[in-house]
Amino acid sequence: MMLHVEQIYKNFGGITALDGCTLSIEKGRITALIGPNGSGKSTLFNIISRLLKEDSGKISFNGQDITTSDEVQVARQGISRTFQDVRLFRNLTIQQHLEIALSDEDEFLLKSLNKKTDHDQKIKEILHLVRLHKPLQTLATDLSYGQRKLLDLAIAMAKPHSLLMLDEPVAGINPQLRQEIKEILRTLHQQGETVLLIEHDMNFVMDLAGYIYVLDAGKVIAHGEPRKIQQNPNVLAAYLGE
Amino acid sequence: MSYWIHILILVGIYLILAVSLNLALGYTGLLNLGHVAFFGLGAYTSVLLTDAGVHFIVAFLAAGLVASLFGLGLVLITRKLKGDYLALATLSFHFVIYSLLLNWVSLTRGPLGIAGIAKPSFFGFSITSNTAYLFFVSSIALITIVIIYKIVSSPFGRLLQATRDDELGLRVLGKNTTKLKAKAMMLSAFFAGIAGSLFAHYITYIEPNSFTLTEIILVLTIVIVGGLASIKGTLAATFIIIAIPELLRFVAIPSAIVGPSRQILYALILLMILLYRPRGLFGRIDLT
Ligand SMILES: Nc1ncnc2c1ncn2[C@@H]1O[C@H](COP(=O)(O)OP(=O)(O)O)[C@@H](O)[C@H]1O
Ligand SMILES: [Mg+2]
Repeated sequence: MMLHVEQIYKNFGGITALDGCTLSIEKGRITALIGPNGSGKSTLFNIISRLLKEDSGKISFNGQDITTSDEVQVARQGISRTFQDVRLFRNLTIQQHLEIALSDEDEFLLKSLNKKTDHDQKIKEILHLVRLHKPLQTLATDLSYGQRKLLDLAIAMAKPHSLLMLDEPVAGINPQLRQEIKEILRTLHQQGETVLLIEHDMNFVMDLAGYIYVLDAGKVIAHGEPRKIQQNPNVLAAYLGE
Repeated sequence: MSYWIHILILVGIYLILAVSLNLALGYTGLLNLGHVAFFGLGAYTSVLLTDAGVHFIVAFLAAGLVASLFGLGLVLITRKLKGDYLALATLSFHFVIYSLLLNWVSLTRGPLGIAGIAKPSFFGFSITSNTAYLFFVSSIALITIVIIYKIVSSPFGRLLQATRDDELGLRVLGKNTTKLKAKAMMLSAFFAGIAGSLFAHYITYIEPNSFTLTEIILVLTIVIVGGLASIKGTLAATFIIIAIPELLRFVAIPSAIVGPSRQILYALILLMILLYRPRGLFGRIDLT
């Protein structure tokens, strides 16, 4: 078990975002977290990546309790994530984004002045994999929405990690690009990646995920293999009631 | 001629001050209004140490280090603050330092200031002539620019710019942005501190009023006119902002008006830039 989340509760003022949420992520599998809007999916991501603190509950990652870590520490322990709203460094180029994700000594000024490690080959591979064909010197702010989504995905892949957490990587994207991103995720799966994927649209994950958790009002209302989820009446009711 | 040498010495000092502010403000996104406090701390440190018989070179470097330590303190105290709140907090830091210089009379002589500051001397040379001082200041300014240029174009500098653009986004990539900001502020303060030393030993008289809000606005104007995150821009803007108002002297206007009209000119230049070239002369970064 790579990630285990147990009985997580989280309130925002009067709103219950997570209501005793429990789930497990197995190594080498694409696990999807689906559910209607507002069911608490992004909140759970933020708690796992330590941007938010849970009211109560436990989280262990690779056998370690991470509830005492902060967001920088869990990132270094091997969690890589994206956000539902793409976060990029607007004045930096595609190349600079990926160099940052791939470098591990750039925080030390003197080392950084002396050494000129570049990751040209690796960057080329990653961009090829996500099919982002733009000049390396393009600024993030000059990319289209779809290209920004792809760069965001590329950065998360480039950052050293054992768990890749993607928050709605295909939200707001045209059907052709959705299909391409699905292919990219399949490739990642073949390469042995462990992925936790948030997706609003159930159909998108049916032929992609190995396991699905369905969240509704902060609770896991169903989990299992895709085929079983599809037939679960509770799941259909949750989506219909949205 | 000697008058222009005087102006060029000031250009050199302000260049160091402005380029170092750009490191914090333009490259790292730290809206620091306390930069002139580092300048003042450096000036007083250097003067007090040389007065106590410390070698100029040591006092000069100590000026940078003391400013740097205060920079570290400032970052640690304000680490939870951003944007306008950080600006306000760093502005109050400025006033704290100012009143320290004003009220710690036994150390700083308070409002009387310190006069008769020795000109720098090292390795058997004494820099007494303005021409020699210009050479000295230009060398230090050049070294400062080269170092800051190397920093901002290194992988470390890339992280500073990423911190400016999206701090949270950088933290989830596992980079400790608090440390990055501390390092940036310490480097920035170091150079402001040595600029203070250069200033004090040139003018040979300092008082708390040498380091006021007017100075902050002046340095900020230079950085904004030149463009955030542009060293070339700061270079050009320092010449424009420091040297052009001096031309006012040659216009036949009463001296009572020269002072205020200089302020008006700064304000006009700043306004023109904000309206017509919000990124400054050479900047790539928006002002928001
Ligand atoms: N920072 C926040 N402050 C207040 N309420 C929040 C915050 N983040 C999320 N919520 C609320 O928590 C619930 C779950 O939101 P979210 O986790 O974003 O859902 P999902 O990602 O499944 O659409 C929603 O009702 C949302 O309004
Ligand atoms: Mg969400």
